[in-house]
Amino acid sequence: MQFLQSVLLRLCTTLITLAGVAVIVFFVIRVVPGNPIAMMLPPGATEADVARLTALYGLDKSIPQQFLIWVSGVLQGDFGTSITTKQPVLQLVLSRLPATLELSVMALIIAVILGGFMALTGTRLRGSKTEAAIDVGNGMALSVPDFLWGLILILTFGVLIPIFHISGRVTPSLPLPFTTNFYLTESVLRLRFDLWLDIAAHMFMPALALAIPLAAIIGQLLKQSLKETMHLDYVTLARTKGYSETHVILREALPNAILPTLTLVGVQFTFLIGGTVIIERLFSYEGLGNMAIDAVINRDLPLIQGIVILFAVIFTGVNLLVDLTYAALNPRLRHA
Amino acid sequence: MLDGRSAIKRKLPTRLVLSATWLTLLTLAAVFAPLIAPKDPLAQDLFLGQLPPFWVQGHEPGYLLGTDSLGRDVLSRILYGARLALTVALTAGTITCIIGATMGLLAGFLRGWVDILISRAIDIWMAFPPVLFSILLIAVLGPSLTSIIIAIVVIDWTRFARVIRAEAMTQGAMDYVASAQVAGRTRLSTMITEILPNVLPTIVVLLTLEMGISIIVEAILSFVNLSISTDDPTWGGMIAEGRASIHQAWWVLVFPLITLFLTVLSFSQLGEGLKDRFDPVLR
Repeated sequence: MQFLQSVLLRLCTTLITLAGVAVIVFFVIRVVPGNPIAMMLPPGATEADVARLTALYGLDKSIPQQFLIWVSGVLQGDFGTSITTKQPVLQLVLSRLPATLELSVMALIIAVILGGFMALTGTRLRGSKTEAAIDVGNGMALSVPDFLWGLILILTFGVLIPIFHISGRVTPSLPLPFTTNFYLTESVLRLRFDLWLDIAAHMFMPALALAIPLAAIIGQLLKQSLKETMHLDYVTLARTKGYSETHVILREALPNAILPTLTLVGVQFTFLIGGTVIIERLFSYEGLGNMAIDAVINRDLPLIQGIVILFAVIFTGVNLLVDLTYAALNPRLRHA
Repeated sequence: MLDGRSAIKRKLPTRLVLSATWLTLLTLAAVFAPLIAPKDPLAQDLFLGQLPPFWVQGHEPGYLLGTDSLGRDVLSRILYGARLALTVALTAGTITCIIGATMGLLAGFLRGWVDILISRAIDIWMAFPPVLFSILLIAVLGPSLTSIIIAIVVIDWTRFARVIRAEAMTQGAMDYVASAQVAGRTRLSTMITEILPNVLPTIVVLLTLEMGISIIVEAILSFVNLSISTDDPTWGGMIAEGRASIHQAWWVLVFPLITLFLTVLSFSQLGEGLKDRFDPVLR
C-alpha cells in the first residue's frame, strides 16, 4: 500500500517536472530574436505574406494564448508543424529518435563492458602495476568529457589510423531496405550483416566517445564496492574452500557488489543521452541532437519545443524507471 | 602528535603539482599574450594558408605551430584563446558557485518550503539536456561573452546546489548546530558562521571542477559557432575549423585540442587533489 503510494507520488513529481520544462522552454524560445517567418520567405515577399504566414503558425497571438493552444495540441498528440520542413513535429522527431536511441544504448553497452572489465581486472590484480595503470586511466577518462574524447577518437581512428567512419550514420551510397529507422537492429533482424557492419563502423566512434566517461565512473564505483565486499567473511570462507581468486571475484563478490553500480548507471545514462546532442554534431550523425542544433540555428520554434520535451520525457522516464526498479529490488524500501 | 604533523607535511601529490604548473603557465600566457605571441592572431595571409608546424617539410620560419586555412598563426591564436577560456572559467565558475552554493545552503539548512521550491527547480533543470539548453540560451541572448557566462550560470548552478544541499542537511543535523541555536543565534547567522565553513572545502573542490566545465562549454558553443564573433580566437572555434580541414591540415585541430585537453584535465585533477587533501579521513 505504502509502496503504491510512493509510486503515485513519484509519478506526480515527474508530471510537475515535465510541466515545468514545457513552460520554461516555451517562454524562453518566444524571446528568440529573429523572425522565423521572415527567414523562410523569399526576399520579394510582401508584408501581407509575412502576416498571413505568421497567422498560419499562430505567432500573431499573445504568448499565453499560444501556450494554451500548444498545450491542448500536445495533449492530443499534436506537437505542431515544423517551420523549416513544414512536416508535423511529432513525425520528424520520431523519425530521428531511433538513431539517438541506438547510439545511446550502444554507448551504454560499451561503457558497461569497459567499466566492468576495468573494475574486475583491477580487483583481480590488486596491488600490481596494472591496477595502478587502470586507476590512472580511469582518472583521466573521468576528467575529460565526451566532446574531447570524440575529437581524440576522430584524430586517432579517423585520420591517423583510418579504420572507422567518423561522419554520418551509414555510407550514403548503400541502398537501405529498411522500413523502420532502427537501422542497426533491423539489419540484424534482416540478416544483412554487410549493412550491420557498415552501420556499426559508423556508430562505434561516437558511441565510444559517449561511453568513456561513463565507463570510468562504472569502473571506479564497482571496484570500490568489490574492494569492500572482498573483506567480508563469506568471501574469505569461499577462498578457504579452495576456489580460485577469479571464481571468488566473479561468483561470490560480484553479485553482492553490483547493486550500487546498477543504480548509478541508471542516473548516469540520462547524462549520456544528454551528451548525444554535441557528439552527434561532431560526427555528423543524423539523430535527434543534430536535428535540435539545426532547429535552434534555423529558429524553428515548434521543432525546438518538441525535441526538448522529448528529451525531458526520456530523462524523467529513465529516472522514474531506475527509482521504481530500485524500490522493487530493495525490500527495505518496499516495506518502508 | 608528531606523527600526525609529519603526515600533514607530506610531499604534495604529483598531480597537484603538475596541474597547478600547467594552469600557472597558461595564466601567464594569457596575461602576456600580446608580448609573447609571435604574430597578430587575426592577421590573415592567404598565401601562407595551411602551413605545417616547424618540424614538417614545407613550414615557414616564424610560424611554429603552422597556420590555418586563412593563414592565421595557430600558436598566436591559442595564446589569445587562453584569455577568453580563462576569463570564462573564472567569472562563470565563480558566479555559478556563489549562486548554486547559496541555493544549496538555503535548501539544505532551512528545509521547509524553501527546500521544496529549490528541489523542484533542480528536478526541472535536470530534465533539460544541458548542451541543448545552453545552445538555446545563446540563441536567445545573442552570441557574446556575457551570454556565455549567463548560459553557464543558468545551467550549472544545480551542480553546486545538489551537492551543497545534501552536505548542509548532514551538517544541520549535528550537535554543534543545535548548540549554536540554543545559544540564541538566528538561523541565518548559524548558516553563515557554522554551516558554511564546514561545507567550504566541498565548495572549493566543486568550483575547481566547474572552471574546467565552463571552458568545455565555451568550446562547445564556439564549436557550433554560437560563442563570440567568429574572427576572435577561441579554442572551440579553432577546433571547429580544424575538424572541417582535418584531412588537409591536422595541426589546426591537434594543437588547440591538446591545450584544451591539458587545461580541462588540470582543473579536474586540481579539484580531485584538493578533495583528497581536505578529506580528514585521508589526511
